[in-house]
Formats: sequence, structure tokens, C-alpha cells
Amino acid sequence: MSKRKIQEAHLPIGECITQVQEILRVRLCHQQLPDRPEGLETQHKHLLELLKRTAVHGESNSVLIVGPRGAGKTMLLKCVLRDLLEEKEAQKNLLQVHLNGLLQTDDRIALKEITRQLHLENVVGDKVFGSFAENLAFLLEALKKGDRSSSRPVLFVLDEFDLFAHHKNQTLLYNLLDVSQSAQAPVAVVGITCRLDVLELLEKRVKSRFSHRQIHLLSNPTFPQYLAQVRTQLSLPADFPDAQFAEDWNASVKTLVEDKSAVDVLQRHFNSSKDFRSMHMLLMLCLSRVSVAKPAVKPADLLEASRLCFSDAKANILHGLSVLELCLIIAMKHLNDVYEGEPFNLQMVHNEFKKFLQRKSNSMYNFEQPVIMKAFEHLQQLELIRPLDSSAARIQREYQLMRLMLDHSQIMEALQKYPQCPTDIKQWAMSAFS
Amino acid sequence: MAALLQHPGYEEERLQRVAEQLPCREVQTGMLLSLMGQPHHYSYPSIFIYGHRASGKSHVMHVLLKELELPHATVSCVECVSVALLFEQVLLSFFGCDAASLLPRSASLSDFVRIYRQQCSQSPAKQTRYIVMEKAELLRDTDANLLPALLRLQELVEDNVTIILLSEIVWDKFRPNTGCFEPLLLHFPDYSKGELQKILSQDRPPSYSDEFYSSYINILLGVFYSVCRDLRELRHLAALNFSKFCEPLEEGKVKETDTHKLWRNIEPHLKKAMQTVYLREVSSVQWEQMQQMEEKENGALRGLSAHTHVELPYYSKFLLIAAYLASYNPARTDKRFFLKHHGKIKKTNFLKKNEKTSNHLLGPKPFPLDRLLAIFYSVVDSRVAPTASIFSQISSLVTLQLLTQVSHDDQLDAPKYKCAVSMDFICAISRTVNFEIVKYLYDFL
Repeated sequence: MSKRKIQEAHLPIGECITQVQEILRVRLCHQQLPDRPEGLETQHKHLLELLKRTAVHGESNSVLIVGPRGAGKTMLLKCVLRDLLEEKEAQKNLLQVHLNGLLQTDDRIALKEITRQLHLENVVGDKVFGSFAENLAFLLEALKKGDRSSSRPVLFVLDEFDLFAHHKNQTLLYNLLDVSQSAQAPVAVVGITCRLDVLELLEKRVKSRFSHRQIHLLSNPTFPQYLAQVRTQLSLPADFPDAQFAEDWNASVKTLVEDKSAVDVLQRHFNSSKDFRSMHMLLMLCLSRVSVAKPAVKPADLLEASRLCFSDAKANILHGLSVLELCLIIAMKHLNDVYEGEPFNLQMVHNEFKKFLQRKSNSMYNFEQPVIMKAFEHLQQLELIRPLDSSAARIQREYQLMRLMLDHSQIMEALQKYPQCPTDIKQWAMSAFS
Repeated sequence: MAALLQHPGYEEERLQRVAEQLPCREVQTGMLLSLMGQPHHYSYPSIFIYGHRASGKSHVMHVLLKELELPHATVSCVECVSVALLFEQVLLSFFGCDAASLLPRSASLSDFVRIYRQQCSQSPAKQTRYIVMEKAELLRDTDANLLPALLRLQELVEDNVTIILLSEIVWDKFRPNTGCFEPLLLHFPDYSKGELQKILSQDRPPSYSDEFYSSYINILLGVFYSVCRDLRELRHLAALNFSKFCEPLEEGKVKETDTHKLWRNIEPHLKKAMQTVYLREVSSVQWEQMQQMEEKENGALRGLSAHTHVELPYYSKFLLIAAYLASYNPARTDKRFFLKHHGKIKKTNFLKKNEKTSNHLLGPKPFPLDRLLAIFYSVVDSRVAPTASIFSQISSLVTLQLLTQVSHDDQLDAPKYKCAVSMDFICAISRTVNFEIVKYLYDFL
């Protein structure tokens, strides 16, 4: 027991903020693995058991991890792998092959990738194989070590599993699952997918070789759990260099999650999506506002971040249109009201616009047809209107039928916010029938 | 003003230079800087920046990345007809040409990720690497796996890399149907009228005063602002028309402060510019030449669409008129218009009650060759024999794109056509042959 006083480290505030940013950014942006995955204990145990049986006892297995986007599937798998590799035998023997449906779009590419990840390129050399199955069998055979009777266990992780089901004949899936069923080599096939109906995508022969073991990540946190999650994500760990600063920071986080306006904002986010990824995006926006001048996350930050997340993108685009383009949109809205959503073309829109100009005698917006055509084409490039069919060939441009991709309420809301909107145009928009 | 941009991790004078080059975009630059964080920190894997054209998205990104000397790769998706070009560009910018040459012939995304991982294990990122993709809406038309993979590139290559997508189109139209990693959305709002004035005034040629130039910009915005808010177009128009604006000043007729006279001089000129240069009917070179020529010598400025007014032979004109009548009159009304003795036709049956839109709004309808010839013979005043020369004139009208052929090339005995000319054009033609076309049109009864 040392009687020496432990020197309390006090870093300057700038240095503290830098450290905070670094730690939290790795947590929020780089998907750092938590020590224990929250709310997924049963799934964690189940998967760990399964993989341990393959790695240590040499049993073949296949399992699918299913859950919506941002539910934590990859995170769960990585946590399980980390815990699995703490065991010495698993660490010594287990080989891992990570495939991703987005990258390996073809079975041929996938096979090359498997060869590469098993470090067997030299062994394969220039051999030509008759079929996929032969190739795979050769690879697994080559993994047999000297005196062992069976080859080393291999873990195949297939990310975006549903994309593999779209390959020709589903050869890769068939062969992997075949190996996992037969006694060739201890193989574990773990598929990760966001589609709940993934089994429907598999062919009959593939489905029958699959063990139908699925781990569902359909966690349903309650709002207090969600708030607790927010708090943990923002809190600094105990080993932060400046203990005093960390204490102040964690105290401010605690007041944040108890503040009424912040709770309202978080409730709104919770109601729209419960996955941790959208929470991370929100917290990242708050974190970006932390600086030396303001070394804590305040409720105002949360409000501002929420406003950014929920802003309507189309309304923002409507805000930047010129007055002529806005008039054309209002004319289209009137056409939609009168003709109940039937498609229109430029001539009809121009006609409607001319009716408005005739009522008001000002000639300020009296533009020629080509100028109006240019404005119309700009709206088409912004994809606010869309042609009905893409047969652009035999129809003149001004007669091509289009649909408006905006809602009535979006237009009216945009009009309210439009800068210096002329009053006669506003009144024209509000009138029921032109 | 320039001192508003402050961030630890970047030198203050560099930030000041950045702020000077980005007027009216301080808020967005500050937001981007705070998201980027210090160079060695991680940033959000993908950021999506959307806003109108010429709202400064690419400009802000370029200035920031260049002045702060951050490792970056800028790719324009218009140039990347094949994805291999995209991969090559990225590897070249980050790791040099040796890495880029490691890419196989027709590189796939798998090869790219593999080579990237190899390279970054040799040279890991000390600062965040940025990949900026302009015109990102074209990524939707490439392979379906490219966009989702790029959005999670940080996770796939396990490196400190951030993808920034710039586009005009909102994110809702990008989302793949099974979902993807959602990027952080950032909006670059359009410039207000005051901001446009401020930015356009920066183009002032040094020999003129500030107030003079800003009065010019005021007049220009007064004419064009309600039609076009695109900064690039407005800058182009401002540059083209300034010499005309200064003309009375140079001739000594007016002083700098005489805004009313200057306005009277330039306003018709700007209105004409709207119909020609703005629509790209004439090129900028032609426009400048026209300005330099004397007013008396100045003939009519031939725009692009003037070239469609060809001189047609006599019978071709009548064929075209007949085609127009066949396209825009319904077939049941031919009897009333073109027969000498059509008998009694009740007007109530004739004008259908629930016709809401005139044919001129819906567009031309296709008609068979026989109908065209029938109308032609009744419209032409002299007796015409059906020789090959008449039929060949129909084909040449199709070549001139005044008629379009609707039926397939195989159908030789019953070809169908549509008339592709506008009302003004056909009125001009019928005036030259003294034919009153309006009397024969159903919509104008």
C-alpha cells in the first residue's frame, strides 16, 4: 500500500475535448465493439455455444442470424468471435473465411476469395477443377495437418446472405451447406441477412441441407432502456486520463437524459426507429457541436440535431426553385386536383398557367414557350416530375405525359416557407379551382 | 467574418484562407468541419450532401480538402462509365500508381477492396481519407451492389475513410429496396437574392466602381431572378452583357450615377438575351459579335430553331397542312370539313359534351396514309395525280422530322404517321399558300 499521493492528472481543456472526441467517435462512427452486447444475451450465448462446438469439438453446423438493418447482427457475431478466440484451442485451430454478398457477386469470385483467405493459393497453383464441389473438396483436404485425422475447423461467415441466394444455381450455398451436412470436415456456416423471408429464396435442395437454425434479433427495447443506451453511449470510460473532467462530463450526460425537452426529442426518435444506428447518427450530430467553448452536450444540441435528421428533403429543394418553376408546380397541383391525378404534359401545364395570367393582368410572368420549357426540364432533372413511360422516342417533348412526385401538403408547406413569395401566386395556390 | 471558422487540429490561417474563398457558405463549411473533426479522428462513414446546382457543394469540398491538405480522391461519376475507372482513380489518389496498376483488367469490387486492404495495411491512414463523388445520382444506374458497398466502405476495408456523395437529387430516391447503411444527410440551401448579389459582385472588373457594378447586377437580377436562380448561368449572363451596359458610359452619353438611362439602355437587351443566349439558341460568341456590330447592320439573329424553317415545295406544304389536320382533327369530323356536300350533321352529336381537353393539349394523333391522301386531295385546289413524286415528298417530310412514322418499318401497305410541327409553324406555312387553316381545325370551331 503505497502512501504516495497519486498525482491527479489534469489535462488542459483542449486536450480533454480532443480525447473525448476521439473516444466517442470511435464508438459512434467506427462501430467499436461493446464489452457485452446490450439486450442480446440469449442470442450471444446460443451463438457462442454453437461455434464452440465447431471450433473445439469438430461438429459441423449452420445458422442464420436474421434481423432488420441496424439491429446489431454483425456486432453480435464479432463479439461472439472475440469471446470464442479467448479459448486457446479455438484460437489455435479455427480458420475464418469472411465473405460478403456485396463484394463477392459471383461464385467464381467467391471461390477465389475463399482460396485466398485460407492462404492456399500456392497449393492450388494452376490446377483446373471440373466443378465447384471438386475445388472446395480439394481446399478442405489441403487443410489437413500432418498427423491429424481430420482437417482444421473452418468458419464461413456469409454477410448479406440473401445476395448469395441470387447467384446462378446457388452453387456456393449448396456446396457449403453440403459440406456442413456431410462428415468431410468440421465446417460452420454462419449467414447474416436482413430479410426475414430469406428461407423462401433458397432452392429446395439447398434448404434441405440447411439446419433451419435461425437466431432472430428482433429486440424490442422499451423507452427507459433506450434512454439508458443513450446515456451509456455518451458516457466516458473510467480510464479517461483526466478523472475530474470525466466526472463532470458524465454528470452533464446524466442531466441531459433527464431534461424534459431532450427526452421529448429522444421519444420522437424512438418512435420512428429503435435501431442503434439511427441513434448513433443523432449522437454524432450532437457530438460535432462539442468544442472548447462548449465542452458538454446540451439539450439545444439534441434539438438541433433532431431538426436536421427530420427535415423534409423535398421541401428543401422546393425552397430553391425560381418563381416560374414554382408557378409551374402550382399549375400541376391544380391539374391534379381537377383531373384527379391523371398524368399531364407541358402543354396542359402551360395552358393552366396562361389561365392564371389572364385573370391577373400583370404581364410579369408572361414568358415565351421555350423559357417555360427550360423551367419544365429543370424540374424533370430534379426528379420532381417523372415521365410516365421511358419511350422518349416518338413523342414530342411538350406532349410527353408526366406525373408529379410531390404531395399536396408538401407544396402548400413549401409555399409558406418560400422566400418573398408574391402574394398573387400564394392566392392562386390556395384557390380551390382555377 | 473570416474568424468565424475555428477548429482545433487545423491552422487558423489556413481556415481563414478557406473562409475567404467561400463567401455565404460559412454555416455549411463550419458544419462540415465539425463533422470531419480533427484529421486523425474517425468521421461518419458516409455523408450525403444535396442541394441545387451551383449551390457550392463541390466548390466547398474542393476548397476545404485542398487548403487543409487532407488526403482525398475526387471522382465524378459522369466520367466513370465502368466501375474500374472509379477504383483506379481512388487507388491512384491514395496509394500511388503502383497500387492502381495492381488492379486486374476488369476489376470487380472484390478486387478493389482486397487491394485497398493490402495497401492500407502497409500504409495505414494517419489522417481521415476522403472520397468525394460528384453527380452521385449516376451511381444508381450502375451495378446494384456498388452504392451499398461504398456507403459502408469504412467497415469493409477497416480503414479511416469517409465517402462524401454530392447530388442534386434527394436521398429518398437513392435508397436500395432492401435498405443500406444510411448516410448522414446534409443540405446546402440555395443562395438568397442578397447572397447572389454579393457573390456576383465579386466578378467586378477592376476598372469600375463597386456601386456601378452592383447597380448592373441589380438590373440583371431584376430581369432574370424570377426565371433562373442558377449561379453559373447568372455569372455567364453577367459577363456577356456587361460591355453593352457600359456602352453609353464609354460613349459619354451618361454618367455612372444615371441609373435610369442605363436601365433603359440595357433592359431590352437583357430581355432579348433571355430568348436567345439563355436558351442556348445562339452561342455566346455569336452574342458578343452581335453586340459589337452596329445596330443598323444588325440583322435578325439566327437562333438554332430558325434552322428548322425550311423552304418547302408547293405540294409538300399542302401535304404538311393535310397531315396537321389529320393529326389534330378527330376522324369522325372529316366528313364535315372536307366534303363539299356533307348533308345534315347535328351539332350536338358533333361536339361531344364531355370532351375536357382540346386535341392541342393532348398532342398529335397517328393517322393512316389513306386518310392523309384523302384530306390532301380535298385541300389542294388543283387536280393532282397520285404519282410517285407526291409519295416521295411524304418520305422527305419524314426525313426532315416534320412528320414522324409511327408504324413499324415492315408494314409497307398501311404506314401510319404523326405530325410533329407546332401551331405557329403550320400557321406560317398556310399563310404562304393562302390557306386558312384555323377554319378547318376542330378545336377552334
